[in-house]
Amino acid sequence: MDIRLDGISHSYDGVAVMNDITLDIPAGRIVCIVGPSGCGKSTLLRFIGGLERPGQGRISQIGEPPEGCLNPLTYIFQDFALLPWRTVEGNISLVLEDHGIKGARAREIIGDVLARTKLTDFAKALPKQLSGGMKQRVAIARALAVNPAVMLMDEPLSALDSQTRELLMDDLISLWSRQPFTAVYVTHNLNEAVRLGHQIVVLSRRPGRIQEVVTIDKPLDQRQFGDPDLDEKQKYLWQLMRDEARAADAELINV
Amino acid sequence: MSDATLSGATAPATAAKPVAFRGGGFAPRPHRWVGFVVFVVLILIAEWGTRAGWISALTLPKPSDVLATFGELYQSGMLFKHLGPSLARLFVGALFGVTVGVSVGVLIGLFSYVRAGAVPLVAALFPIPKIALLPLFVIWFGIGEGSKYALIAFGTFTPTVVATYGAVDNVDRTLIRMGQSFGLSWWSIVRKIVLPGAMPGILSGLRISLAIAIILLVAAEMLGAEYGIGAYILQAGSLYDLERLFAGVVILSVLGVVVSALIGLIERRVLGWRT
Ligand SMILES: Nc1ncnc2c1ncn2[C@@H]1O[C@H](COP(=O)(O)OP(=O)(O)O)[C@@H](O)[C@H]1O
Ligand SMILES: [Mg+2]
Repeated sequence: MDIRLDGISHSYDGVAVMNDITLDIPAGRIVCIVGPSGCGKSTLLRFIGGLERPGQGRISQIGEPPEGCLNPLTYIFQDFALLPWRTVEGNISLVLEDHGIKGARAREIIGDVLARTKLTDFAKALPKQLSGGMKQRVAIARALAVNPAVMLMDEPLSALDSQTRELLMDDLISLWSRQPFTAVYVTHNLNEAVRLGHQIVVLSRRPGRIQEVVTIDKPLDQRQFGDPDLDEKQKYLWQLMRDEARAADAELINV
Repeated sequence: MSDATLSGATAPATAAKPVAFRGGGFAPRPHRWVGFVVFVVLILIAEWGTRAGWISALTLPKPSDVLATFGELYQSGMLFKHLGPSLARLFVGALFGVTVGVSVGVLIGLFSYVRAGAVPLVAALFPIPKIALLPLFVIWFGIGEGSKYALIAFGTFTPTVVATYGAVDNVDRTLIRMGQSFGLSWWSIVRKIVLPGAMPGILSGLRISLAIAIILLVAAEMLGAEYGIGAYILQAGSLYDLERLFAGVVILSVLGVVVSALIGLIERRVLGWRT
């Protein structure tokens, strides 16, 4: 299932936040969206997942989601969004219950996604007992449980320390290598973008427009920490963004 | 430079001083026995004062006499004859008031039209001394149990509503967005996200509501009640029988402590997930 954005523009209370964004998200690829803060990345992601409506433009899904897909467009949030009163297991079963999946079938799915995210031993733990990295792995497991066609990730690693971030990037890469998923990955971290993105969409400062789309052909599992090719790309991205970021930073925030 | 500071310990000129501790505090820890000791000490002082005579018998009855009165009340079987109806009134009235209060509070929290309509109404009802409405309730619901249930229900209703909609307002919106993004139904979101998320606020509101219910119990038993802790206290009061008055008041206090402990128990069971 592909996603197509067609001329998306939007303004909040008369302030334009994005302008004419047209973009294709092909199945089985990770599209990273980078841009200075406030350029509308999170807003765009909310549009794609149907949590908010754009002022102008259309978002369409092309083709049917694969069979057994419970929730085609599934988010992974920066702040994990786990229910603190439910165990790891309970948090995953939350998104299955509404599809009538209970009992043995639910246990099977939960066991499978916990194994894939290396959380099997923590099934009965409460979120407060987990570290940030583990919480985000639970959120990833929860997303995997509904077998999404497209994963929408809003700065999923930004709340984590840099070592945990490296580990989780490796986890995401190995998850993708085993079973390629489609993802829109919003980040302000260019290193994450060059490690995980097949395509990197660079947005300008507010109102966000597409400045450039950078494609990286190197397979995900061959992208190592400190790879010179990737460093080159990262430097290039930073050059694209630097002036925009500086200007965005100096702007008054009129909200 | 760094050598100098390292060997500073041997130089008498730079005397080592421990860094003064200024952290700590602001973190209440349970010390259950302290509350108990405060009670015991106060009672002992009262006993001493009334025995020694520097507290006159008209000011305060002897705690030991109150205890004796209480013993009599227990032995004659009257204690439960009074306690039974009171507990029933408290239970029915509070159950009704809290149930309706939580429901209305959740509706106010969820629907802006209900909020716009009901919040001013609740604000208008809240400051009415419910005791003043007792005659009205007697006319509406009869002199029997009905008016007593109504008074207690009404008294617990308003604080429960206010606590509940505040608690619903405070539920983490990102969790609700999460529920929507996974396609949960409206009812699932309310049941599995909004209500549990509001539970801490609802329970602390319940503490206040139930204390108010105990206060109103006495008021409710002012009219047309033969038995009940409130009736017992009022009888004793009109006869200036201080021992019985205090015995009744002690029962109410114990009731308050028990209710508060019960809520604490529920909180520990239901809110174990809080950090
Ligand atoms: N619900 C909203 N109401 C009004 N303004 C908003 C709202 N959400 C976002 N904005 C504004 O839109 C702009 C883009 O926000 P956002 O998408 O969160 O940016 P990013 O995620 O790229 O940092 C910001 O200027 C922000 O203040
Ligand atoms: Mg954002």
